[in-house]
Amino acid sequence: MSKSSDEIVYGLKREYLEKISSQGSRIDGRKFDEVRNLVVTPNFVPRAEGSAEVRLGDTRVLVGVKIEQGEPFPDTPNSGILTTNAELLPMASPTFESGPPNEDSIELARVVDRGIRESKMIDLDSLVIEEGKKVWVVFIDIHVLDYDGNLIDAASIGAVAALLEAKVPASKIGREDIPLPIRHIPIMITSAKIGSSLVVDPCLEEEEVASARISVATNEEGNVVAMQKGLAGSITEEELFLAIESSIKAGKDIRKRVLRK
Amino acid sequence: MGTQSSMKLINEEGLRIDGRKFNELRPIRIEVGVLNRADGSAYIEWGGNKVLVAVYGPREAFPKHTQNPSRAIINARYNMAAFSVDERKRPGPDRRAVEISKVIGEALECAVFTEQFPRTSIDVYIEVLQADAGTRIAGLTAASVALVDAGIPMKDMVVGCASGKIDGKVVLDLNKEEDNFGEADLPIAIIPRTNEIVLLQMDGNMTKDELSEAIGMSKKAALYISNLQKEALLAKYKGQESEKEGE
Repeated sequence: MSKSSDEIVYGLKREYLEKISSQGSRIDGRKFDEVRNLVVTPNFVPRAEGSAEVRLGDTRVLVGVKIEQGEPFPDTPNSGILTTNAELLPMASPTFESGPPNEDSIELARVVDRGIRESKMIDLDSLVIEEGKKVWVVFIDIHVLDYDGNLIDAASIGAVAALLEAKVPASKIGREDIPLPIRHIPIMITSAKIGSSLVVDPCLEEEEVASARISVATNEEGNVVAMQKGLAGSITEEELFLAIESSIKAGKDIRKRVLRK
Repeated sequence: MGTQSSMKLINEEGLRIDGRKFNELRPIRIEVGVLNRADGSAYIEWGGNKVLVAVYGPREAFPKHTQNPSRAIINARYNMAAFSVDERKRPGPDRRAVEISKVIGEALECAVFTEQFPRTSIDVYIEVLQADAGTRIAGLTAASVALVDAGIPMKDMVVGCASGKIDGKVVLDLNKEEDNFGEADLPIAIIPRTNEIVLLQMDGNMTKDELSEAIGMSKKAALYISNLQKEALLAKYKGQESEKEGE
């Protein structure tokens, strides 16, 4: 049976990346635990209640936060609502198609949401306008503009940066605008498994040949608040703890150096 | 994790609300070959969970563009029945189901020799008939058994068990109340023969030491459940043997 040329190129790429990683190097010259250059531009869309543009290497993501009034969920009448959505815009990659959210964009949104929700970053209980009737709803919308690997970290750092800037538009109901009440700052960092090596913040070429990825969100105390293993390969327990260590380390750095918190 | 509450989940004697010890599993029962038309099937009861799994394939992948010229694709579909939960769930796949289907499919792909069946799909249909926390792992555990029942070659059967944290203590196999009011939930699945982790998710708040304890507990439980999977398969095929002898 003939293989398509894509398959052959893919095989060669994978072989090459696995070979250089077994010798301790990466395709773009980074160290295994090195995150690409990260630039966060807060308040990119002033019309939104909060926003941030993130460039992680050549990956570019824009996150907007809108905060509107809404009805609370019946089972949490005294709590605001957080909802996260992600769009893989067709402009961002030749492999993205327009249309309803697919499993990749749903996973992306849910993993980003999990890091923010489980860390209790936002004090949702203070977002009640009228008990049981009216609460503030925080919408996080992730727009992927340019895809060069590791959307999870770019989107999640973007969401955190946008929330840090966000204001609750209480002037719309005759009160004063207040900053969104923030309790913690979770940072999610992803490692990818290439051959038998684990590399932090995979670029697109690495992501394409990775057998597994593991995303770990930690808070400022170094506790783990959310995790997600992805792709159709396995990891060992040692690799998991290596990924956790990398996440704690990179998280500390990003909190201090990039978000200045 | 759900909303925090003052609900006490562990009593003075160290027992949980359903009377279990911290490292005790809920009762598990697995049955093989429970559906007529499917190529393979299995049914699992795990605490209050009731999950039915059917496997079809390997068969020609459809639509055609999904075909992979070098291996089979695994198409897992996790679905909750509308009546499986307290408040009726709107039928059809929601975002949670799409994500769970994805991670279950990826976990099974770690074990199945997909390269033996190019251009085909192996369809795994997981129906949660009654949900009581831990449905994704119950479904995945039953799905592995159904794949064997369908005669699909694998490295080993994937098996898992969740652990978590309630009242500040690491415990095995959360039930519904513990999942809702606990502090962390950590579903894990492994390939017992190689000790690889093939599914891992986590939400809540745990230290590294707590995670390590939880993973150890889950892995130990998974090995026990792995035996239940094998016993269930043996029970079916031994049963068939004796039926034949009787004829």
